[in-house]
Amino acid sequence: MAAEDKNIEKSGARTPVEAERVDQPPTFIPAADIVETDHEAVLLLDLPACDEKALDIRLEEGTLTVTGHVAADDFPGHQLTYSEYRVGDFERAFSVSEMVDTAKIEAAIKDGVLRLTLPKVEAAKPKKIEIKAT
Amino acid sequence: MLWPRTMRELWSWEPVEQMRRLQRDMNRLFSGFVPGATRRVFPPVNVWTGRDDVVVTAEVPGVDPKALSITVEGDTLTLSGARVPIEIKEDEAYIRQEREAGDFTRKIQLPFRVEADEVEAHYAKGVLRIDLPRLEADKPKQISIKSTQ
Repeated sequence: MAAEDKNIEKSGARTPVEAERVDQPPTFIPAADIVETDHEAVLLLDLPACDEKALDIRLEEGTLTVTGHVAADDFPGHQLTYSEYRVGDFERAFSVSEMVDTAKIEAAIKDGVLRLTLPKVEAAKPKKIEIKAT
Repeated sequence: MLWPRTMRELWSWEPVEQMRRLQRDMNRLFSGFVPGATRRVFPPVNVWTGRDDVVVTAEVPGVDPKALSITVEGDTLTLSGARVPIEIKEDEAYIRQEREAGDFTRKIQLPFRVEADEVEAHYAKGVLRIDLPRLEADKPKQISIKSTQ
């Protein structure tokens, strides 16, 4: 992957998928890890403050879109005096190849990390070719 | 990046200054400078200051709360822990790796000294929230004015 890709840490979304937001909080791109094996691909996304109720995962025309809705922090009687991160929605889209068995995609979220398992279709799995002795 | 920045620059002809600017822009282009992507602290924290307490929040997705250590001394909060990377087997390969992993330690300067015994921490959905009440001796005191008549 390109070096600048590795620096992504809650950077602002480049292309909003939905219509322009007027009064909404900012949308961030969550950091992702993708690990591939012979039979599946595992996608891990950092979605702090998200749980299964706050998440929306859609697969449409080969594009897998993950949206997480996060309400802004508010501590009554307190002022944000030092800030290293902002709070807002998350959104990121991935293109899914035909090698993925879309009916068998699984999603689970734990401690703010979404784990998506994308199994490969049978035809895409590597096959060992036996050599017949003649 | 290489375009004139203002309309005035568009009309002015300053070859030396423009060459220098071009050189600076090119240097920056090749130094890997990406605006907005230079911050790499983990975990990022926010500090919310109230009158009698301070609330510190940190985004620690994927960090086991048991692996988190929080210590308080005076007005310094220390946060340390580890984010375990995914285990990669022999037949597996990273296609993309953006999530940082490893040990971390953050020292956060609080706006005032706190009651170390009364600090409370909660972890939910990858977000840590620490409530730190202000030290009684440090609280602001109202001073009444005595009239001498």
